[in-house]
Amino acid sequence: MEKPISNPLALIAELTHRCPLHCVYCSNPLELQARGNELSTEIWSRVFREAADSGVLQADFTGGEPLARPDLVELVRAARAAGLYVSLITSGMPLDEGRLNALVEAGLDHIQLSFQAAREDLANEICGAKAYAQKLRVLDWLKRHRVAVTLNFVIHRSNIDQIEEMLAVAESSSATRVEFANVQYYGWASANREHLLPTREQLTRSVELLKRAEERLRGKIRVEFVVPDYYAKFPKACMGGWGRKLMLITPSGDALPCHAAQIIPGLKFENVKERGLREIWERSEAFQKFRGEDWMQEPCRSCDRRELDFGGCRCQAFLLAGDAAATDPVCSLSPQRAKVDAILAEINALPPTENPGKPAWLYRPNPA
Amino acid sequence: MTPELSSRPHLAPGCRLGENNQQRVLLMPERALRLNGPSLEIVSRCDGKHTVQEIVGELQKIYSQARPEKVEQDILGYLGLLHDQRALDFEL
Repeated sequence: MEKPISNPLALIAELTHRCPLHCVYCSNPLELQARGNELSTEIWSRVFREAADSGVLQADFTGGEPLARPDLVELVRAARAAGLYVSLITSGMPLDEGRLNALVEAGLDHIQLSFQAAREDLANEICGAKAYAQKLRVLDWLKRHRVAVTLNFVIHRSNIDQIEEMLAVAESSSATRVEFANVQYYGWASANREHLLPTREQLTRSVELLKRAEERLRGKIRVEFVVPDYYAKFPKACMGGWGRKLMLITPSGDALPCHAAQIIPGLKFENVKERGLREIWERSEAFQKFRGEDWMQEPCRSCDRRELDFGGCRCQAFLLAGDAAATDPVCSLSPQRAKVDAILAEINALPPTENPGKPAWLYRPNPA
Repeated sequence: MTPELSSRPHLAPGCRLGENNQQRVLLMPERALRLNGPSLEIVSRCDGKHTVQEIVGELQKIYSQARPEKVEQDILGYLGLLHDQRALDFEL
């Protein structure tokens, strides 16, 4: 008998691909959607109602930069009215205190503010924009609003040695949660990987530091850490398992099982303009493709960990092994692990330099 | 941490009760906790009005079959856990 399909728990709403920042590790696809293809306020509002009816508890508004949508306050109100918990994942640009107030009044529950570093010069270099000073202003405004605040630092080789300064920024704010999320290597990050991957020595030092910080800040700030999975022994349970918990809607309405799924050849995605959310979740080919265990190859198929990590990440399997159904090559049990080790060996063999200079970053552009 | 009996717990900003398919949940950034029986009785009293002592007293009445010390211990443990998850603050 087939297992019943569990309900989706969170909806990742990519409201737009437009963004004032150009981060070198952006998780958006290389092919960005233009403004003209974005879903209307009405369709998003319907999607929020269908999501809540399907069991979704949380809506994560992301992008691009969600603040680029002039109807953002309306969208927050619609998602709250549908019964969802609303998080805004933002760079803090463009924002003034009046609009922040309107968002909170409309029912925004949680705001996650991204930081590229704890020093202005590096932060602005990574995002290719003068953004740092504005982020500090937003942090200051947030002290006066009743909303949960998370600071999100995306970690890589150039900023991993600034973690103490990042913690100081978090401690001077009203944040109750801080994420140190190592870059994951898809899309733009994949293109910039040789400049982003930290060394093993850097990683070990940062893990020790964050363990101490977690202890020291317990009861004040929740410290969360995402390791770079290239260095892990076992893969991440990507998205909590394919089609098990999360659903992502692109700016133009395609429903994806994860951020990067469009890179997998041959997958067909349904669009919320043509189909109901519940139907897409339960029946669409893309969501069914890697659900359960029937698609697994060895060593996953007979592995004790298959219900813990679900074979890891399908997109990473495609990117590194050329086969989306393979065991995630970051897994130490994968026959392809040598590919990951070769990448790490190259990074760790680089001689340390005092003044490495600015790498030749490939910046994410802004769509039309 | 162990909460003071005289303090008044309330939900932290961005944490609130929700409901889906008749299941009550505590919603917070990036997670949701299912609330059943005792956990729902406790969280619904974290309103900034009840003291920890009052919550303990009321639950000892509801769960009169259980040992009162055990009820108190469980409540203090649960409130401490929610505080560490940053779902609760305590007014002294």
